[in-house]
Amino acid sequence: MTLTSPDTTTGEMAIRNEADIVLARQQVRRLTQTLKFSLVDQTKMITAASELSRNTLIYGGGGEMVWQLVQQGIRQGLRLSFVDRGPGIPDIDLAMKDGWTSGGGLGMGLSGSKRLVNDFELDTAPGKGTRVTITRWK
Amino acid sequence: MQRIPILQMGRTLLVTIQVDLQDQTALALQDDLANRIQRAAATGVLIDISALEIVDSFIGRMLATISGIAKVLGATTVVVGMQPAVAITLVELGLSLDGVRTALNVERGIYLLRHLDEEQSHDLDES
Repeated sequence: MTLTSPDTTTGEMAIRNEADIVLARQQVRRLTQTLKFSLVDQTKMITAASELSRNTLIYGGGGEMVWQLVQQGIRQGLRLSFVDRGPGIPDIDLAMKDGWTSGGGLGMGLSGSKRLVNDFELDTAPGKGTRVTITRWK
Repeated sequence: MQRIPILQMGRTLLVTIQVDLQDQTALALQDDLANRIQRAAATGVLIDISALEIVDSFIGRMLATISGIAKVLGATTVVVGMQPAVAITLVELGLSLDGVRTALNVERGIYLLRHLDEEQSHDLDES
């Protein structure tokens, strides 16, 4: 998926397999470049997207990444939501701990991504799926 | 599936990662390197990541695992060429790449490997 016109401010893409994680990274790179993020800010947002899209795939059984170019006063930013209809997270405090994982990962996905962005929202309940929304301002 | 080529220079293996890594490709590289270290009786592995635009926890873990496997097989791994933006992000993410030797670029990486190799053969001579 590409930005089709400059006034396209939102869109979504499926995350169903490993190749989609790579596509999600590439999409976030294009979006952060459109917003003229610094290289470090681009790298942080892409890395966070990589972690969270992998979570969507592995723990959520697949889902979507929804992106939105956002504006607040003169600030511009990029907001990404990772949405799945998987089992949800029963213990949020535990899931947000560095080094804790229910899968085979390093346990840095959620807690690490939070440190890479300005706003981080986690909306989940057992059996209700998970939605992680992150925003990085320019 | 894409595979990352492994070059051999004497007893050093050289890997240059130039593609946006899929998880399966990263795992295949781990296996391929373990086999090549054994077949080539390699003492050093140089992994050039200068073309990588991000290192997330999955790739970070791959680098640590490769270093661990290589160590058990008697080879030293040096990861070289990490971009500054990648280094900043990696540390903020919370990964310190413990146990992974790094060097600024290929030249320094090769120097480091040669130095370590000489040290080891010196130790062997003395004992």
